[in-house]
Amino acid sequence: MDSFALLLAATFNAGTVLALAGIGLLINERAGIINLGAEGMMLVAAIAGFATAVGTGNDWLAFGAGAVAGALMAAAFGLLVIWLNTNQVASGLALSLFGAGFSAFVGIGFVQAKIGERTQYAVPVLADIPFIGPAFFRQHPMVYITVLLVAGVAWFLYRSRAGLVLRAVGESPESAHALGYPVRRIRMAAVMLGGAMCGVAGAYLSVVYTPLWVEGMVAGKGWIALALTTFATWRPARILLGAYLFGGVTMLQFHLQGQGVEIPSQFLSMLPYVATIVVLVLISRNAAWIKANMPASLGKPFFPGS
Amino acid sequence: MIKLEARPQPSKLMSIASPLLALAVTVVIGVLLFMMLGKDPVRGLQMFFVEPVKNLYQISELSIKATPLILIALGLAVCYRSNVWNIGAEGQFVVGALAAGWVAMQAGPDTAWMGKGIVVLVLLAGVLGGMFWAGIVALLRDRFNANEILVSLMLVYVAEMVLSYLVYGPWKDPQGYNFPQTITFLADTRIPRLVPNLRAHIGVIIAVVAVGLFWLFLFRTYRGFALQVGGLAPAAARYAGFSSRSALWTALLISGGMAGLAGGLEAAGPLGQLSPYVPAGYGFAAIIVAYVGRLHPVGIIFSGLLMSMFYIGGELAQSRMGLPKSLTGVFQGLLLFTLLAADTLIHYRVRWQRAAPAVKAA
Repeated sequence: MDSFALLLAATFNAGTVLALAGIGLLINERAGIINLGAEGMMLVAAIAGFATAVGTGNDWLAFGAGAVAGALMAAAFGLLVIWLNTNQVASGLALSLFGAGFSAFVGIGFVQAKIGERTQYAVPVLADIPFIGPAFFRQHPMVYITVLLVAGVAWFLYRSRAGLVLRAVGESPESAHALGYPVRRIRMAAVMLGGAMCGVAGAYLSVVYTPLWVEGMVAGKGWIALALTTFATWRPARILLGAYLFGGVTMLQFHLQGQGVEIPSQFLSMLPYVATIVVLVLISRNAAWIKANMPASLGKPFFPGS
Repeated sequence: MIKLEARPQPSKLMSIASPLLALAVTVVIGVLLFMMLGKDPVRGLQMFFVEPVKNLYQISELSIKATPLILIALGLAVCYRSNVWNIGAEGQFVVGALAAGWVAMQAGPDTAWMGKGIVVLVLLAGVLGGMFWAGIVALLRDRFNANEILVSLMLVYVAEMVLSYLVYGPWKDPQGYNFPQTITFLADTRIPRLVPNLRAHIGVIIAVVAVGLFWLFLFRTYRGFALQVGGLAPAAARYAGFSSRSALWTALLISGGMAGLAGGLEAAGPLGQLSPYVPAGYGFAAIIVAYVGRLHPVGIIFSGLLMSMFYIGGELAQSRMGLPKSLTGVFQGLLLFTLLAADTLIHYRVRWQRAAPAVKAA
């Protein structure tokens, strides 16, 4: 029973990384921009956050540094796809490839570095309840903030005027432009906000989840987060659900290894990637349904006057 | 204020000038980077652009990197021209190496009658392995509409895990002091070298022939034409009766096969055994090679050589100047990023407008 509680706790911890990145990418895609650079942004943010944590010992400054790094990377991407009208798929790939190289380059001095003793968090009273306490209430505050953040994004998209405009820009940039909305600026803001969230995800990964820096440590989580937006059919609440589901799959592999299950470790390590493929297949099977939910102008450039 | 103005038609000059412009910008950033790191920029540039072509030995080493890059990029060019986004060439490369390695390991006294001919089987297995791995992507896209970008990328991780399982488990050399590696392949199964004493192998010839064949396929065959129409104008392709399903399968099988061939050449060539070091990032770097080479077979030769210089330059900068090897990745990523930006000039003209209150033209 206790090990199951710990498995649940680890699931929320792992899911938080995916949820943060996924919700950021969802904002991008709702504005009509698909950013395949998530992996690269998370890597650069992971080292930026880790370096800050080593220097200051403060998690929140580290998350801030990650957010800034992610937003800057996203700005470079946005400049290309929004103002120079480049291909979104190719530009996102370029961002991922650059981020992988750049983070390895910058991070070389931090490979052996350690950040100080981690604070143990516990919600007063609730953390002492048997089973429920260790499963839900002994997490880093960021785990709870992420849930609030997802709720906030849902409110923003569906209940606020700005969110309506953002969605309009993703559905039909021409109409939004005709109504006088600055389509490209709105898209740029969405891209940078999404980048900042991917950045916080990367920093959480290197500062809280692991916590250490290794070259390429994001290990496909940026790509899984991209798959999450499809899984969630572009709905915020489902991002959270999907993130915990994938977090659970990731943790299951360690759990099974710990239980001494007779499966080669490599096959267990494959689980999150295979699960992503299986989920994509199951969700995408109904092409009409995907089409009905997908932002209509996703991935299509908008260039006024061309 | 800077304003972009659409050109009436794409500029031919710019489509050739833009990779050079991107290279120039990358070099300038490189010089700044060297200066920031307190290293002599001239010596730094020498490592990347002079040393790799200084003598026959270095050129042979260059060809070992350029061969897989060019082979993989050729396949990717067909894919990207057909608007099929295979970004998992790295995984197809690994599975190609696995298949080729398996055949190479079956060689023994029974197969001695084949002599060097077994190399053909080894490479064929590599091609089939890569095709199989890319075929999964095609199947899932075709049957279930699953996004090929994400599926092909996820399969890279799966392929690396399979490789890891095999070399740590069933395929481990029993006399290998417990290192995660297979037996060294028999001499007969190894890719023949071009000249003794240099590591350059016949993959170079295969790559050159492949460039010619891909040029013919893309620009002189009906099928190659149909693929590209599908990529540029899906509606027109549908109207013309070109099947998008067949384009999907063709593009993925070709690119998977090429990546698998490169994997086979690598495994039975310079490596000579399988180990966790089979994936060296060629599959990802080849994406950049394909783009910088304008998705054109001849352009890919040049960009493949350039990218190999980045690889060798990074290694030399590490051993001789104490710079991290990851510099290679930084420059490769920068090159693609600046190239995409410079490509804007193909379709748009830059106009400088005075910031002064402009008279509105009718």
